[in-house]
Amino acid sequence: MEIKLEKFSKSFGSVKVIEELDLTVGNGEMIALLGPSGCGKTTTLYAICGIHRVSAGRILFGDRDVTALPPQEKNVGVVFQSFALYPHLSIYENIAFPLRIRKEKNADIERKVREISATLYMEHLLERRPGQLSGGQQQRVALARALVRRPDILLMDEPLANLDASLRLEMRTEIRRIQQESGCTSILVTHDQVEAMSMCDRIALMNNGVIQQIGTPDDMYHQPRNKFIAGFIGNPPISFIDGAVENGQFTSQGMSFGLPDNLKKASLTSGQKVSVGIRPEHLQPGSENPVAGEVTFIESQGREILYDLKLGDGQMLRSIQSGARTCKLGDRVTWSINVNAVLFFDAQDERILPA
Amino acid sequence: MEDRKPNWLLTLFLLIISAPILIMYFWLFIDSISEINTDGLWPEHFTLRNWRFLYEDIDGHGNVWKATLNTAIFATSVVSIVVILSSTAGYALSRLRFPYRSQFLGFVLLLHSFPSVTLIISIFLMLRLIGLYDTLVGVILVKAALELPFGIWIMKGFYDTVPWEIEMAGLQDGASRFQVWYKLVLPQIMPGIAALAIFSFMAGWSEFVLPLILVPGSETKLLSVYLAGLMIDDYLSDFGLFKAVGLFYIMPVMIFYLFTQDKLMNIYGGGTKG
Ligand SMILES: Nc1ncnc2c1ncn2[C@@H]1O[C@H](COP(=O)(O)OP(=O)(O)OP(=O)(O)O)[C@@H](O)[C@H]1O
Ligand SMILES: [Mg+2]
Repeated sequence: MEIKLEKFSKSFGSVKVIEELDLTVGNGEMIALLGPSGCGKTTTLYAICGIHRVSAGRILFGDRDVTALPPQEKNVGVVFQSFALYPHLSIYENIAFPLRIRKEKNADIERKVREISATLYMEHLLERRPGQLSGGQQQRVALARALVRRPDILLMDEPLANLDASLRLEMRTEIRRIQQESGCTSILVTHDQVEAMSMCDRIALMNNGVIQQIGTPDDMYHQPRNKFIAGFIGNPPISFIDGAVENGQFTSQGMSFGLPDNLKKASLTSGQKVSVGIRPEHLQPGSENPVAGEVTFIESQGREILYDLKLGDGQMLRSIQSGARTCKLGDRVTWSINVNAVLFFDAQDERILPA
Repeated sequence: MEDRKPNWLLTLFLLIISAPILIMYFWLFIDSISEINTDGLWPEHFTLRNWRFLYEDIDGHGNVWKATLNTAIFATSVVSIVVILSSTAGYALSRLRFPYRSQFLGFVLLLHSFPSVTLIISIFLMLRLIGLYDTLVGVILVKAALELPFGIWIMKGFYDTVPWEIEMAGLQDGASRFQVWYKLVLPQIMPGIAALAIFSFMAGWSEFVLPLILVPGSETKLLSVYLAGLMIDDYLSDFGLFKAVGLFYIMPVMIFYLFTQDKLMNIYGGGTKG
């Protein structure tokens, strides 16, 4: 079922948290709501499932306007960040709860609970209490409870935040598998970009209650619409250098290089102030488009090594290189920029697109 | 609470400091089944005469079983009212937003700090006015009302420990607000309910001033008043009898306490554990 938010706004008292947000999630699609802490992800999620009242705008499920419907009248499964299992009930009864409320027959409940716990590999846990499970197991129970009544829509609020690294990796694929098997339209809230990129069809990146860009992970990475997106997506992050355009050249005090062909025709006036974004993988040893600086930081990440390069004017560039260490702290080096991959932003932080 | 090793030193210490109380109760028991000279201290020989009030009425003091029944009705009614009202009011105060909520909370706390004796005259007049003077219903209502502020406050504390998300999850699973309260939240504050019930039962059982003034009649007499009546009776100076009645009066509370003290601790610990 398609989810559509139309000019959705939400304020708490006089504090506007979300303003005129538009978002469409296609049938069966899984979309990530990604953004820094406090940007309004949870608020948006709670509005969709009906816990929060909407201040303005509309929410549609398919063709149905569900803006004013209470949570009980929407068939939405929610996985809460804290799991919110019912501590006094056994795992079986936890999962069965939504069905019991609907007064389904005992035999049906039994069958459905067994079925969903088989898909989630947790049949052996049914007799226990939530307090007797590990974090990952509780997470699966929460997922099972959300899925057992075959929801039209599945909403997950940072479902992996409480898990350790290896379990997180495992649950990532598991959630994705179950989402695809059940085919329900899903929204995953997260502030972890790797999670968003690896699990979801599309990403909606939010900041301050506004969706900055919606697109595939690839899109976001290579074609960010503004500086915030370029800075948020990518790890290790992109580095920005402020400078100006002069005579077909980008110049700052610490470096300069000729504009790539596709940008020469773009509407850049001579003397215009711009900021360029250079991803760490686009600064490598070499001689073309050289940039000189001092290595101020080296971090080995196992397979790759991360370097910080301080330019003459004090601005910093980051480089990530595979292979053996080529220099040591304090060395002066000259490396090469892959100019065709550099991103240009204007004074309003909007991306300057190639013509 | 499992596999706790007995700490003999600690046990001994506690035994020593509580010895005076234990010895007093023990002495009370011995005295109640012995005959003593009026000026003597040591029990002389065994008798059950002190317990005669169980099968015969003491002149001018009414029937002890009638008083016991009244006391039981009184205490259990107070418990029911306090538990039902506190558990609903506590929920509202913990979870619902309504105008003047915080002022209301402060006011409830203020009520709790009033010694009931200071109100007794106006309560007396009010009960006369509405015709509930010298009825059990009247004194039950008064006692329950005086216990309520404490109960509401305690219950609110227990509700505060239940996470919001559980309720949201319940709503999301299709339950109504009432179902959420009844099926999901209430079971989690059961320790609190149990503690409050025990607490108000004991408060009801031991209440003296209110029944003394509000239900003086022989039909509505409570045990505490019955015992006091015996003691101030000038024609009766039978200390053995007083001791036996006193023992009879505290016995239910002591037995009750013995079995429920772990639950009672919850009220001070606050919240659900385990
Ligand atoms: N009930 C509320 N009353 C007032 N302000 C609120 C309320 N709930 C959220 N906010 C505010 O709305 C903003 C967005 O909150 P929200 O919980 O949606 O953030 P989030 O994106 O989920 O962040 P996080 O990643 O930390 O969970 C925050 O600034 C928060 O302070
Ligand atoms: Mg959140």
